[in-house]
This record gives sequence, structure tokens and C-alpha cells, in this order.
Amino acid sequence: MIQFWPATASDLAQRVDGLTGVLLAICGAILLLVGCLLLGFSIRYRRGSTAKRGALPEFISREVEVGWTAATLFLALFLFAWATGMELRANPPQPDAIEVHVLARQWMWKTRHSNGAQEIDALHVPRGEQVRLLMTSQDVIHSFFVPAFRAKQDVLPGRLTELRFTATQTGTYDLFCAEFCGTLHARMGGKVTVMEPEDFARWLAAQPRGDDLAREGAALFVSLGCAGCHGDRRGGSATVRAPRLEGVYNSPVPLSDGRVVTADEAYLRDSILQPKRDVVAGFPDVMPSFAGLVHEEEMQRLLAYLRSLKDAP
Amino acid sequence: MSGALREPWRSLRRQREAAAFGTWIFLGSEAMLFAGLILAFAVMRALHPAGFILAGRETEVALGTANTAILLTSSLTMAVAAEAARADLRRATLWGIGLTLALGAAFLAVKGFEWSSDLEKHLFPGEGFALAEPSAHIFFALYWIMTSLHAMHMLGGMGVVAWLGWQAWRGDRPLQSPAFEAAALYWHLVDIVWIVLYPLLYLGGRAP
Amino acid sequence: MNHIAPALPAPDAIPHEEPSYLTAERGIGSWLLTTDHKRIALLYMAALTAFFFIGGAGAVAMRLELFTPKPDVLTADGYNRMFTLHGTVMIWFFLVPSIPTTLGNFLIPLMVGARDLAFPRLNLLSWYIFVGAGLVLIYALIAGGVDTGWTFYTPFSTTFSNSYVLLAGLAIILAGFSSIATGVNFLATIHLLRAPGMHWFRLPLFAWAIYGTSLVMVLATPVLTAVLLLIIAERGFGLPVFDPARGGDPLLFQHLFWFYSHPAVYIMILPSFGVISEIVTCFARRNVFGYDFMVYAILWIAIAGFLVWGHHMFVSGQSIYASLAFSFLSFVIAVPSAIKVFNWTFTLYRGQITFEAPMLYAIGFIGLFTIGGLTGLFLASIPIDVHVSDTYYVVGHFHFIMVGGAVSAFYGGLSFWWPKITGRKYPMTWARFAAILMFFGFGFTFFPMFIMGYLGMPRRYHVYPPEFQVWHVMSSAGAVLLAAAYLLPMGYLAWSMIWGEKAEDDPWNATGLEWSTSSPPPRDNFHTPPVVDEGPYFYHPEGEGPGDDHREPHSNQVRGS
Repeated sequence: MIQFWPATASDLAQRVDGLTGVLLAICGAILLLVGCLLLGFSIRYRRGSTAKRGALPEFISREVEVGWTAATLFLALFLFAWATGMELRANPPQPDAIEVHVLARQWMWKTRHSNGAQEIDALHVPRGEQVRLLMTSQDVIHSFFVPAFRAKQDVLPGRLTELRFTATQTGTYDLFCAEFCGTLHARMGGKVTVMEPEDFARWLAAQPRGDDLAREGAALFVSLGCAGCHGDRRGGSATVRAPRLEGVYNSPVPLSDGRVVTADEAYLRDSILQPKRDVVAGFPDVMPSFAGLVHEEEMQRLLAYLRSLKDAP
Repeated sequence: MSGALREPWRSLRRQREAAAFGTWIFLGSEAMLFAGLILAFAVMRALHPAGFILAGRETEVALGTANTAILLTSSLTMAVAAEAARADLRRATLWGIGLTLALGAAFLAVKGFEWSSDLEKHLFPGEGFALAEPSAHIFFALYWIMTSLHAMHMLGGMGVVAWLGWQAWRGDRPLQSPAFEAAALYWHLVDIVWIVLYPLLYLGGRAP
Repeated sequence: MNHIAPALPAPDAIPHEEPSYLTAERGIGSWLLTTDHKRIALLYMAALTAFFFIGGAGAVAMRLELFTPKPDVLTADGYNRMFTLHGTVMIWFFLVPSIPTTLGNFLIPLMVGARDLAFPRLNLLSWYIFVGAGLVLIYALIAGGVDTGWTFYTPFSTTFSNSYVLLAGLAIILAGFSSIATGVNFLATIHLLRAPGMHWFRLPLFAWAIYGTSLVMVLATPVLTAVLLLIIAERGFGLPVFDPARGGDPLLFQHLFWFYSHPAVYIMILPSFGVISEIVTCFARRNVFGYDFMVYAILWIAIAGFLVWGHHMFVSGQSIYASLAFSFLSFVIAVPSAIKVFNWTFTLYRGQITFEAPMLYAIGFIGLFTIGGLTGLFLASIPIDVHVSDTYYVVGHFHFIMVGGAVSAFYGGLSFWWPKITGRKYPMTWARFAAILMFFGFGFTFFPMFIMGYLGMPRRYHVYPPEFQVWHVMSSAGAVLLAAAYLLPMGYLAWSMIWGEKAEDDPWNATGLEWSTSSPPPRDNFHTPPVVDEGPYFYHPEGEGPGDDHREPHSNQVRGS
């Protein structure tokens, strides 16, 4: 059986297909118009035909030229506004989204759920709930691509990128690496399985798990010495030389140069690796950089720990 | 002076105009080359201000400043040479060219001292690099790339100027040839590039 | 009456006694040391033909491998080297120089009424640099190849690839020098060597197209040089700028790279606009519809082309607001292309159209370019681009523009000016057949890519899920037709050089200065220096159409000044 249209398994996919359909109709109409004019003129005005020649009618002149320039421009602006509007509204972040860490490397995908369950070249997600992938790479640039979700995001070394989607159809879908990443690029794929939420919960509970990410992160937080300055959950440190981190995740943080930033994953990550860049107002610039001391998987654990502090007192 | 006129031109005035025009376009192209590098520098500095300030203090500001003075003076002598050639003053042309070459060589000599001192201080990125800050690597990567690319432009410019001087000295090339003006334009560009590099590399880390 | 006329009447009085540029001098040295723009154009043609075969071999290897979903012909590394070879050779050693260095070199001085380009020796030098660059690249390919793709993305190219990235980078930098030299030469020629009376708005559209192209070449290429220098410094000397482990930024590479590589698309397509304009107006016997809008469209594209590079990076991790601005500008740049398509179409209106081979190529071009342009609208829409970027949809899109567009125009232009270049005619039936074959072969090869791309087939895969096979087989089968359509003209054009009928000075009854001299032209292009007193096209008088069979060669209209 020949397939003409990809599976549609996310809410975004339906909207993208809608946009594609309308664009196909508009472009088909333009192509038909140009084709008919080309062929029509070619036949009617072939050399020696009896069609009327002579001066151009009045209306085909500069006004026509200006007319179709303006029409094309308006069409282009309309399409821009529509497509961009869709992009800006697509997948607004939801507070109860399921977070999954994705680590890419030549040539495999490693995914890790928040309870510590790990998968290789596979990802299980529940239907109807927003999934938020926090992705980074250990080596070169990769790209996480699930055609059935119409979702794609490059995965970069040394930086976090994020991909959100909400699956709407249960089933198993292809996962591809879309950014050329070396010898086995074509084999760097896997499967994304969408399950009913109950099935997903059962599946997740049945997975062998290490410690959960946040707990591992808490241990790291102590062993790396972070707790010495930032204090830990038990309120250990007497003199606090650094900001407390309870509830810091996703909250506004005033900086020493007067800016206010939101402490999202990217900010927290940068603060660990390049603490001098954005110093929190009212604190001395004393934190050393942990670049080279914390590898990407440890970083994921630390971030999971900091996120888990959100609800703490 | 019909000797200066070449195919496909029918008038020397037009030919001179074309030499200047062609050189200007080429300079536009050169400017975009350095613009790409300077943009990279700007982006990296914005990303890592602390590392760049730290690393910027390690460059040899005295030698850099001396080189700025040398290069500015060489632009003056080159301009004199080009104007003298246009006015058909053979002696002044040759003097101008000779001084320009001497100053160019002085620039490269100072640059050589500066580089060897940088190497002694382990300021070449890689194993045993002197500065701990990771982004200091990037500052010095750009420092080495930009200064050596500029030095290559200096060498190219000196080659062209020396060749023109040789031809003028032997009388093979009429002084009306537009090549003198074109070479001078190129020399000024190399000078201007340095005027941009100087504050970026030597002064940026030292601002209070 | 509209016309261009030589200053002195003397129609065909002296011409054929003077030897043509082909016979003016003899011996291999007279070719390798020539400063004649017409001979240099032929030197370029020889070099480009060789590169076309090398790049084509890469395409053949890929299409063979992709017949089945499993690896059959090539290893994974072998396939990666093949698409890199195909991309680098075809882009920098064929498409970018193709029309400018051959047809442009040959025609620009003729079209503006000059004896040569502004800097003839620079022109020769640029050929030698180009050939030297090609030799470096060929050495890199023979020594073991390059596996980064033509895009050289970091940190793969700087740290992880085990192939000859440094040599390939050097070759492309050198080819860039050649490009810049060519661009400087054309700009100076068009600015300063126009014949008396040849105002800016009397330039043929081909000259305008080359002017726009040269502008982009001169200002965009050095940025590529800069970014490749950074790659060489990082890979060869350990000077990090893009390495994320030391705070470098791989996205900076992409910005700099696309700042060149998107305008490079316009370097490849703008000259074709010029070629198609010349052909359509000639065979429709109508003046170009909306000449000045065509000029503005060329300039609009050349300038705005510098501002849209970020649409290659919608999924790269750049900020959504950057994507938004680039998406906007990408939609805006669709407008001048649409203007050109409409104007070509309306040039046919009330014409006296004949369908010689160049015209068939031109009509095919308009069709394929329209599809290529319209599919670009999907890519400018961020949500759709997110889905199809780095898939075969993109591969299909840019092949429609660069192969269906630029290569069709190159073949069309070659068949249009061939009698002027060689003084010989080629067999028209074969040529018509080749033109039609190219259109359909191209369609079969590349149209399936849109469908499999939307289905999600990623590019640069040598193995793939079996559901895509039907489209790959269709594409590979079409490629056979396409290859035949490319080889056929090489055969009959070569044949015509020896056995072809001698061509008249103006075999198509075309207007334009290049047709007013003999075929092939003499060394100095014109027997008498031309003086221009009207625009480039005078196929019908202002405000009127041609009569039933009104095909006057302009030599009948020559008047003394």
C-alpha cells in the first residue's frame, strides 16, 4: 500500500496538516493559473495563429504590474501572520507536563523519566498529556524528530533545548535523528509509543528504576559541595553566602546588574557552568565554575533536584 | 604616457577610475571577511564578558600600541607615494614606497616579538594554557586567528608594494599607472582593520 | 522605433574577413595564456564539464544505493562521502560558477558593447585559482573523502569527523577567491565599460542579473571564507571558537555559514532569471513585459537575500523571535520571484511564439521554478518547516530551484547562444527532444521527494524504513531519464562543432548587441565600436504587437547615427 500522508498523532499534527492543506490549495491554484496561462498563451499565440495581435489593451500596463505585486505581497503577509500565529500559540507550557530528559549521543537516544526509569532508543508517553522533553547532546548536534507528531528540535551539545508535544493517538511511531551526525546517522532512530494514561502508569511502575533523578541529584548536591553555601533542605549551613534554592525554579530572580530573569533550566544550567555571567543581586560573586566537573547526566540529576525543591517550604 | 593604457580601455582616465572602483569593491569584500570574524568576537564577548576581560589584560599593550603608531605612519608614507606617482615625481614615489616597506617590516618584526612573548607566557590555547577560565581560550583563539590573518594581509600588501616599487625603480611601469593608487587603497584598508583590532584585543580588557 | 544600432552603418561589409576569436591565434599556449573573455569562458566550460561529471557520479552512487531500503552498494561512510562530494562539487564547483563564468564571461562585454572585461588578466587568474581549488578538492576526495555534508556543521566537522575537512575547506576558500575576482570584474565592467548611449535602463536583463549576482558574490563569499578559516583554525590548530566544551557556540557557525549560503542560492538562481528573460522575449517576439519591474525584482532579491539566512535554523534552537523575523523576510522575498514569473508569462501574450529548443527549456524552467518557489512558501511557514526541515522535502525544494531552475537555464542559455559562441548550429529535433526529456526526467526524479519528505523521510540516510521505498524507486528511475537528458546535448553540441551547419550572425533574429557582431565574434568583439540609442528589446514597437509574420532581423533596421 502506498502511503501519501503521514500518521497524525498529536494535536499539533492536526493543526500543521490544516495549514499544509490550505497552502496546498493556494499554491495549487497559483500553479494551475501559471500553467494554464503558459500553455494557453503558447497555443493561442503560436506563430502564425489567427489570434488577435496588436497593441496591448489599456488595463495590462503598469497598474496590472503594481496590482499583482501588491496581491502577492498581501498573500505572503497573510500566510506569514497565520503560520506564525499558529507557531506562537502551539503547545503553551503546562505546569503539570510530564518531564522527560533526553540525552543524545553518537548514535543513540537515551531517555529518562522523572522516576528514574530509563529507555534506549525508545520513549513511552501517555496519550492526552503534555510531554516536555529536556534535551542535550554529549557530542555533536542531533535532532529529535517524530514525523507523526510533526515535531522536531535540534539537540545541541553544551545547551538545553526543549520540545513539547501532546500525543492524541495511541500507537508506535518512528523516531529519527534528523541532523547529520556521522557514520551511523541513518541508524540513530527508535520508536515512540503512545499509551493510554492508565497503561502508561502501569508500564512506568513496572520499569526497573535506579534512584529517581531528584534523589540522585540531592546526593550530588551535597557531594559536590553545593550545600555548603546554598544550604540544603535540612537548613544545614549557618552563614548563607549564596541564595537559597527552595522554590527558585521558574521564579523571577533579580540580578546584580538590575535585570530580572526567570530561573528556568537554561538559567540554572548556565549558573552552574558559568556562575559569573548572571550573579544574583545582593550576593558576592564567589561561586566557582563547575564546567568540566559536572557531566551532562549529572547535570540532568541536579536540575531534577532543583525542580523538586519548587514545592518545598 | 600611453604605456600605462591597457586593453580594453580607451582612455587612461577611465582606466584609472576602474582600478579605483575595482579596488573599492574588493575592499568591500575584505571588509566582510573581517566583519565575519569581528562579529564572532562580539558574540563571544557578549556570551563570556568575564573571561574576555580577564584574557584581554594578558595581551602586550605596549607592543600593540607601538604597532598602531607604526602602521598609521606607514599609511601616510603610502599616501605620499601614491600622490607622488600620480604627479609623476619619481624620487618621492620611490622614497614613499621604501619607507612604507620599512614600516611594514617594522610592524611585522614587532608582531613577531609580541607573538613569541605570548608563546612564552603560554597564551596559545591547548594543553598548558596559562588561564583557567575556559572562555579565555576563545579570546586567544580569536586573537591568534585575527592577528595572523591581518599579518598575512600585511605580507600580501608588502609584496604588491615592493613589486610596484621595483617596477617603478626599473622604469618598467609608468608612474601614471593606476596600480599605485589601488595598492595605496589596499594598504589603507589593512591599516583600518588594525585600527579596529587594536581596541578589541588590547584595550577591551583594560577599560576601568 | 526601438533599436540598437552600430554607430556606422557598414552592415556586414568587413566582418567575415577578420578572423574570429577562435581562429585569431593558434596553439595550446594561446588558450592557456589568453586574456580574451570569450576564450576564458570556454576554458571555464571545460573545467565545469569535468566537475559536473564528478558531482554527477556522486548523485548516481546515491540514487543506486537508495533503490532499496538496505545498504547494498555503499557502506555508511561511503554514502556519507558520496553526498558530501555531490554537494560540495555541485555547489561550489558547478552551480555557483556555472552561468556567470561561462555565459556571463562570454556575453557581458558583448552585451554592454565592450572589447573585453575590465580586468582581463584578473579574469584569467580567477580561472587558474578555480582550477587549482578544484585540484585540491579532487585530491581530498581521492585521499579519502569528506563526510561532513556540504554544510560542515560544528562540532562534527571540527572535532568528530575523521575525514579530509581541512583540505576541502581550503579548496572552497580558494574557489571563493575565484568567485570574488569574477564578481569584481563584472561589476567594474558593467559600471565603466558600457558603450556610449548604453544607459543603465538599456542594459539587457541578463546583464542586470549578472550585476545582482556579482554584488552577492563579492559581499557574501568573504563571510564563508571567514567561517571556513575558523573551522580550519579549530580543527587544525586547536583554536576553539565553536567548541561547546570551552564555551564556544555551534550556532554561531550556523549563522555565519548561512549568512553566505543563503545568498549563495541567489548566486545560483539570479543568472538563470537573466537567461530566461532573454530567451522568452526572443521566441515570443514580444518585448519583455515590465522591464523595469524585472530590474527592481533582481535588485530586491539580491539585497533581501542577505536578510533571510535564519530560516535555515528554525529547529536549531535559535530564539522564536529570531525565527519570526526570518520567516517574515522569507515570505517577503517570495514577491519578486512571483513578479518575474508573471512577467515572463505575460511576455507571451499577443506574441508570435515559436518553440525552438531554448524556448522549450525556458517554458520548462518557468514551470519548475514556479513549483520550487511555491514549495518555498511551506518552508517559510515555521510550523511546517519544523516538520519538513532536514527531510527530503527540503532536498526536493532546493533541487527544483537549483537543478530544475539553474541547470535548465544553463542548458537553455547554452543552446540559445551556442551559434554565437561556436558559429555552428546543432540539430534542432534532438535538442527539442532533450529539452522535453529533461523536464519530465526532472519531475520524476524530484517530485516524489516532496511526498516522502512530508511523510518524514530524513535526508542523508542510506538506509530507511521500507514504506519510503516506492518513492525512492520512482526517484531513481527518473534520475536515469534525467541523466540521459543531460548527456544528450553534450553529444550533439560536440557533434555540431565539427559537422554542424554554419550559423548566421543572428540565427534567431534576436535583438541585443551580441547578435549584431559576427558568429563567432572577432577577437575585439565588434568590427566597429557600437553606439546605443535605444533599449535592448525591440521585437515590436511600443504599444503595438508584431504583425502576422513580422520577424525582422534588426540588421534591416540599422540606421546611421
